[in-house]
Amino acid sequence: MVQLNWLMELSAAIFAIGVAGFLARRNILVMFMSIELMLNAVNLAFVSLGSRMGTMDGQVIVFFVMTVAAAEAAVGLAIIISIFRNRETVHADDLTLLKW
Amino acid sequence: MPLILFWFLATLSVVAALGVVLQRNPVHCLLALVLTLLTIAVLFIGQGAVVVGFLQAIVYAGAIMVLFLFVIWLLNLPVETGSTGRLAAKLLGAIGVAALLAELEVFWVPSHLQVKAAGHVAGYGAIDALSQTLFSEYLIAFEVTSVLLLVAVVGAVALARRTTETEIQQRPENSARPEKAA
Repeated sequence: MVQLNWLMELSAAIFAIGVAGFLARRNILVMFMSIELMLNAVNLAFVSLGSRMGTMDGQVIVFFVMTVAAAEAAVGLAIIISIFRNRETVHADDLTLLKW
Repeated sequence: MPLILFWFLATLSVVAALGVVLQRNPVHCLLALVLTLLTIAVLFIGQGAVVVGFLQAIVYAGAIMVLFLFVIWLLNLPVETGSTGRLAAKLLGAIGVAALLAELEVFWVPSHLQVKAAGHVAGYGAIDALSQTLFSEYLIAFEVTSVLLLVAVVGAVALARRTTETEIQQRPENSARPEKAA
């Protein structure tokens, strides 16, 4: 039997890697992938806790998280395409229109 | 789930997650992300969440990642040549991530969470158990999700489509301009 502790540690590690990638990388697409990493780390925590408690609620919430991730990917990638069309860049530091 | 399988998957997922962050070519980052998602899917199945695990593999690693790959190809991105971003940002980021990890270590210890361990009933994680919960307790949330997806589709189409030349000419500020010039 795998201990719940280890699963939570793994989830925390993947989440932290996602945060690090979001902060360190400047390519918008890779920053977006780091967000997906964070979402999946939380999904893993949901399923692990739900499985240990014997309830289905964790899995239902993972289902909703997947839906939100799909919606987020569709809109986010549309924004990235739109930015690239106008500015010819996906580098986050080049997008300074709202900066004073 | 056998212990050795867990350790194999845990190592693989952490290495693949590091690959997402550390590689320079966006396509390689994406492939590493797909590998992470698949290992997490196997971890789901190993814990009895069979339907969610398969959904993770089909919808997440399949559909959403193909969308990412399509956009990377569409934009024709060059491979990043050197390290970008300021050193100060990276240093502060590293400290922030270390603090976050320490915080998670403290608060996610299950003895603090007070999880009451319970056995699985028959059919746990199967599609009928999932849909029983989804369509009774979470019915309103499910319906709201459909609205969310509709809004996302409309938003994505509105953002990504090109504005045609005739539409630009038909705008009030553009149609007034020639008269002013004359």
